[in-house]
Amino acid sequence: MNVRTWLIVLLLLIPGLSRAQGYAGLGGSAEGFTVPQPDYTFQFPQDHGPHPEYRIEWWYLTANLKGEDGRDYGIQWTLFRSALKPHEAEGWQSPQIWMGHAALTTPDKHYFAERLSRGGIGQAGVTAEPFEAWIDEWHMRGDDPSAVNLSANGADFGYDLQLTAKGPLVFHGQNGYSVKSADGQASYYYSQPFYEVQGLLRLPDGDVPVTGQGWLDREWSSQPLAADQSGWDWFSLSFDDGDKMMAFRLRGERSDFTAATWITADGTTTAIPDGEVAFEPLTTSLVAGRDIPVRWRVTLPTRDLDVEVSALTPDAWMATRFEYWEGPVQISGSHSGRGYLEMTGY
Amino acid sequence: MTMAVIQALASHWRAHRLQLMTLLVGLALATGLWSAVQAINAEARASYGRAADQLALGQFDELHHPNGPIPLSRYVELRRAGWQVAAVLEGPIRIQGQTVRVLGVDMVAYPALPAITQMEQSGTPPDPADMLTAPGLLLTTPALGPLLNGQTGLPPVLISDALPPDLILTDIGVAEVLLNQSGKVSHLIILPDQPGAVPPLTDIAPELDRILAREQLDTAQLTHSFHLNLSAFGLLSFAVGLFIVHGTVGLAFAQRRGMIRTLRALGVSMRRLVWLIMAELSVLAIIGGTLGLVLGFFLAGALLPDVAATLRGLYGAPISGQISLQPQWALSGLAMALGGTFLASGHALYRLSRMPVLSGAGLQAWRSAASGSWIVAIAGVAAIVGGILALLLFGGLVAGFVMVAGMLVGSALVLPYALSLVLILFQRSAKGPIAQWVWSDMRAQLPGLSLALMALLLALAANIGVGTMVSSFRLTFTGWLDQRLTSELYVTTATDQQGRDVAEWLSFQVDAVLPIRSVELAHSSGPLFLYGIIDDQTYREKWPLISASDGVWDRVIDGTAVLVNEQLARRENLWPGQSLVITPTLTLTIAGVYSDYGNPTGQAIVSMPRLDEVAPNAEARRFGIRVAPGRATELAQALREEFDLPPRAVVQQAVMKAQSMAVFEKTFVVTSALNILTLGVAGFAILTSLLTLWTQRLPQIAPVWALGLTRTELARLELLRSVLLAALTAVLALPLGLALAWALLSVINVEAFGWKLPMYLFPLDWAYLLGLTLLAAAIAAALPAARLLRMPPADLLKVFANER
Repeated sequence: MNVRTWLIVLLLLIPGLSRAQGYAGLGGSAEGFTVPQPDYTFQFPQDHGPHPEYRIEWWYLTANLKGEDGRDYGIQWTLFRSALKPHEAEGWQSPQIWMGHAALTTPDKHYFAERLSRGGIGQAGVTAEPFEAWIDEWHMRGDDPSAVNLSANGADFGYDLQLTAKGPLVFHGQNGYSVKSADGQASYYYSQPFYEVQGLLRLPDGDVPVTGQGWLDREWSSQPLAADQSGWDWFSLSFDDGDKMMAFRLRGERSDFTAATWITADGTTTAIPDGEVAFEPLTTSLVAGRDIPVRWRVTLPTRDLDVEVSALTPDAWMATRFEYWEGPVQISGSHSGRGYLEMTGY
Repeated sequence: MTMAVIQALASHWRAHRLQLMTLLVGLALATGLWSAVQAINAEARASYGRAADQLALGQFDELHHPNGPIPLSRYVELRRAGWQVAAVLEGPIRIQGQTVRVLGVDMVAYPALPAITQMEQSGTPPDPADMLTAPGLLLTTPALGPLLNGQTGLPPVLISDALPPDLILTDIGVAEVLLNQSGKVSHLIILPDQPGAVPPLTDIAPELDRILAREQLDTAQLTHSFHLNLSAFGLLSFAVGLFIVHGTVGLAFAQRRGMIRTLRALGVSMRRLVWLIMAELSVLAIIGGTLGLVLGFFLAGALLPDVAATLRGLYGAPISGQISLQPQWALSGLAMALGGTFLASGHALYRLSRMPVLSGAGLQAWRSAASGSWIVAIAGVAAIVGGILALLLFGGLVAGFVMVAGMLVGSALVLPYALSLVLILFQRSAKGPIAQWVWSDMRAQLPGLSLALMALLLALAANIGVGTMVSSFRLTFTGWLDQRLTSELYVTTATDQQGRDVAEWLSFQVDAVLPIRSVELAHSSGPLFLYGIIDDQTYREKWPLISASDGVWDRVIDGTAVLVNEQLARRENLWPGQSLVITPTLTLTIAGVYSDYGNPTGQAIVSMPRLDEVAPNAEARRFGIRVAPGRATELAQALREEFDLPPRAVVQQAVMKAQSMAVFEKTFVVTSALNILTLGVAGFAILTSLLTLWTQRLPQIAPVWALGLTRTELARLELLRSVLLAALTAVLALPLGLALAWALLSVINVEAFGWKLPMYLFPLDWAYLLGLTLLAAAIAAALPAARLLRMPPADLLKVFANER
C-alpha cells in the first residue's frame, strides 16, 4: 500500500468517499483521535478552521453555473485534511496531510486535478480568521466564509470565482451532529448552501464568464462509517422555488442508512430521519469501466417530492488517486432545479 | 550413412583427447574472459539503471541554488505560485566510520519510487503513519541493514533490495533530523503536468538554476569510458583465445584429411560432410562456450568487488558487489563462442570443401597458407595508418580505441612478414649447414606459428602498454599525493564553532592552520566544487600546477583569479587566460590548472574572501595543519584530548596517503588480472600451435636425423627455435607496447578520466616480461621436444617408408 493509497484509505473513512470493502477494518477505531459528541456547540470563526485532533475533515464546495449563452457548467473545489496523528507540528514533522481536488464539468467534458501536501510547512492549510483554505496556488479566501474568492488550476482548465452568501449557515442532523449509521457513527456537519457565484472559467477554448449558485459543505470526524458500509450516494439539490435539500444514502451490507436535511429559502432546516427519503437508480452508464447510476428517482412523500435527478454529463469521473463520481445534475418532476451528486463505492 | 560419418568424425576426437581438450579449453577461455567482462559491465549498468529508476534520477528537471541549500520557504512559495515541485534533502552521514548517503524525499509529493512501492506491496507493509511521522523509518539495502540496526538513536530500519548500495532512503522529515538540516532543501525536482498558467521561474525564484534532465551528469555516461575500456580488454582476450581455437581446428582438419578422402571415396558428398562438420563445430562451440560461461561467471564474481571499489572511488558510482546470471551476457557469450569458432575455422573449412576427392593426404598443401606474405603486411600497415587517421580526423574516446585497435591488429598482421625478413637476414649470415638448416626450417615453420605469435605479440604489447600506464600513473599519483597532501595533520571538527576553537587553540603551536572549505555549485558544466584558500607558502611551493600564468598565486589570493582542476580544464577547454563563470555575478580569469586525480567532477580554487562572497555558510570544519613532522603524533593526541574529537577526526598525513594509495591499487587490480590472463592464454596458444606443427614436422626432421643429428640435438634445437621466435616477437612487441602506453596515457585517459599523465619507462619490467615470455615459449616447446627425445628411431625411419 503506498502512502498515497493509504491516505485514500483514510479518506475512505469518510462516508462521502467510501469505496472498497477492504477499508472496513479501519472504520472501527479512532486511536487517540477525538470522536464527535451529540451536544456540541459550534464556535465561529474557529470552527471554520481545522480540527487537527479529528482524523478527517473537509471544505467541500460545489457550484452549478451558467455561461452567458445559457450553457450549463459545474465546478468542484475540495480540500481534505487527513491526520496521521491527532496533533499539529511545525515543518515536515507535521502529521497532517492535505489533499485538494478540483473539477470543472461542461455538458460534454469533465476536467479535474489533484494536489497533495503536508501540513506544517505552509504549502496547504486553513486559517479561520481571516478565512483562507489553500493548497498550492488553489485557494478559497475572504474575511470570513460569507464572501470568498475561489480559484484552482489544472493542466487544461481553471477557474476564478467570487462567492457571496445570501443566507445563513445551516446545520445538519441534530444541530450539526450528523449520524451516519444505525450504530451511531457520526460527524460534525454544517453547510453554506446559499452562495451566489460569478466569475471566469478557464477552458481550452478560452475564458467563459459564468454566474450561478454554490454550496459549501464543512464536515469533520474521526470514524464516521459503519463496518459494513461500502459506499454512498450524496445529493445537494437546489429547487427553483428556493428550497434546498441535502440527502444521502449509505449503502450497507445489512441495510442502507439514509438521512436528509430540508432547507427552506430562509435557511430553516428540518432533519429527515433514516428511511424517509427513497433513492432509486433509473439508468446506469458505463463510466471508467463501472456501471454508474446517472439518472435517479428521489422521493420524499412528507414533502410531496418526487423528482428525477440526471447527470449533466455521465462522464463526471474523478480519476484521482482515489476515484469517485462527482458532477452537476438537473432536477425535473414535482420540483425542478439543479444540484450536485456524488457517488462512491461503485 | 550420416551416423557412420558422425562416428567417423567423432573417432578423431576419441583418438586425440588432448586436442579435444585444447579446443574446448581455448573456447572456454575465450568465452570466459569475454563474458566475465560483459557480466561485470552488465551488472554495473544494471546497478546504474536501478539507481536511476529507483530514485527517478535524471527523469525530471531540477532546481538548484547556485551555492547551497534552498530554504524551505522557497519551496512553499513556488508551490503557492502553482509550480509543481518536490523537495529533496540529501547528504552524507557517518556511521561507525562508514559514509552513507541519506536521501530524504517528501513522500507525499515525490513521484512514487520503486523501492517504496515494492516495500508497500510486500507481505508486511509498514504503517505509513510510522513512515511520515517521528521517529520515521529508514529504508536501506540488505548490506547496510546490520550496520544501521546496531546503531542506537536511529529510527527503525526496513530492508529493501530495490535500492542502490550505501543509501538510506527516507522521508524528508526524517532526513532533516538525521542530517541536522532542519528547514533546508538540497534541490527541487520539477514534476510533470504543471498547471496551465504559472508565473515564470525568473519572477518568483530568480536565484534558482533550472538544470534540465538531459543535462544532469548521469553515472552511465560518466562511466561509459571505463566500461568501454573493460570491453576492449575483453575483446582482446577473446581474440587471443580464438588463436587457440584456430590452431586446434587447423590441426584437427589436417589430421583428418586421410579420413575425409576415404569418406569421399566411399560416396559421402562434400555438402553432407561440410554440414556435418559444421554441426560438429557448433556442438563443440556450445560445450566450450557453456564451460566458458561458467568460468566467466566465477571470474566476474571474483573481479566484481574490485571493479565496484574502482567505480566508487573514481566516479562515486555505487554498484553492488554481487554478480547475477543475466540472460543478455550469457547469450552474447554463447553467440561469441559460436561466431568465434566459425571465424577461427572458416578458413580450414573452406579449404576442406575445395579439396579434390583424390588429393593426397599430405600436410604440405595445408601449410602453404601464405600468412607471411607481403599482401598481409600491407593490410597491416593500412590498419595502422587507418587507426591513426581516425584519431586525427575524429578524435574522442571511440577514435582513440579505433587507433589502438588499428595499431594492434595492424602490427599483428605485419608480424609474420617482419619475422620472415629477420629470419632471412639471419639465414644469410649463418655459417655451416646446420645453422642454415635451422634458420630456413624456422622460416618454413613461420606460417604455422604466425597466428600464435600474433597472439603473443598482442598479449605482450597489451602487457607492456597497460603495465607502463599503470606504473606511470602510480608514479605520478604518488608524486601528486606528496604535493597535494602537504599538511602533516588533517582535522575535522563537529561544528563550525568547534572549528574556530580548534584554529584558535592551534594558532600558537603550529606553523600554519589551513582551512579546507568548499561548496558544491550547480554549474552549467555539471557539479562544481569551489574551494577557498588562504595565503600560505605551502600552496605556493607544493600545489601541483600543470599549467600556470605569471604571478598565479598572487592573483588568486588577491581575488582576481581562479585555479581550475585538469578535469574541468579539459572538459570545458578552459586554460589560463580564459575566464570561468563561477556564479552569474562572479566571473574570474583562470590563472592556472592543477592536476586532480581520482575525482570525476570539476573543481576550482579561489581566495577565502571570494568563497565567503559566494557561500558565506560554507562549512568551516576541516583544516590542514602544518607542523614539524616529528610533532604530528603528539599534537594529534593533544587535539583529540583537548576537544574530545573521535580518532577519525584527526588524521595524519601518512595514514591519508596510505588510504589514497589503497584506493589507487584497487583501481588497477582488474586490469592487472586481465593482463596476466591474456598472457597466459597467449602462452597456451603457442603450445597448441607447436603441437599442431609437431605432427607435421616429422617428415622434415627425419631426414636431418638420418643425416646424423642426434635426437637430443634436435630436441635442443626445437626448444631453441621456439624461444628464439618468442624472443623476436617480444622485441617487436616492445615498441608496440610503448605506443599503446602512449595512446592510453595521452588519448584514452584524457577522454575517459579527464587527465593526461606523463609517461615513464620501466626497463626492468620489460626484462621481467621478456623472461616470462621466453619461459612460456620454452615450456610450450618442451612437450614436443620431450616427445622427440623419447621417440623410437623406428618411428623416424617410418617417415621414409610411409607414403605421405
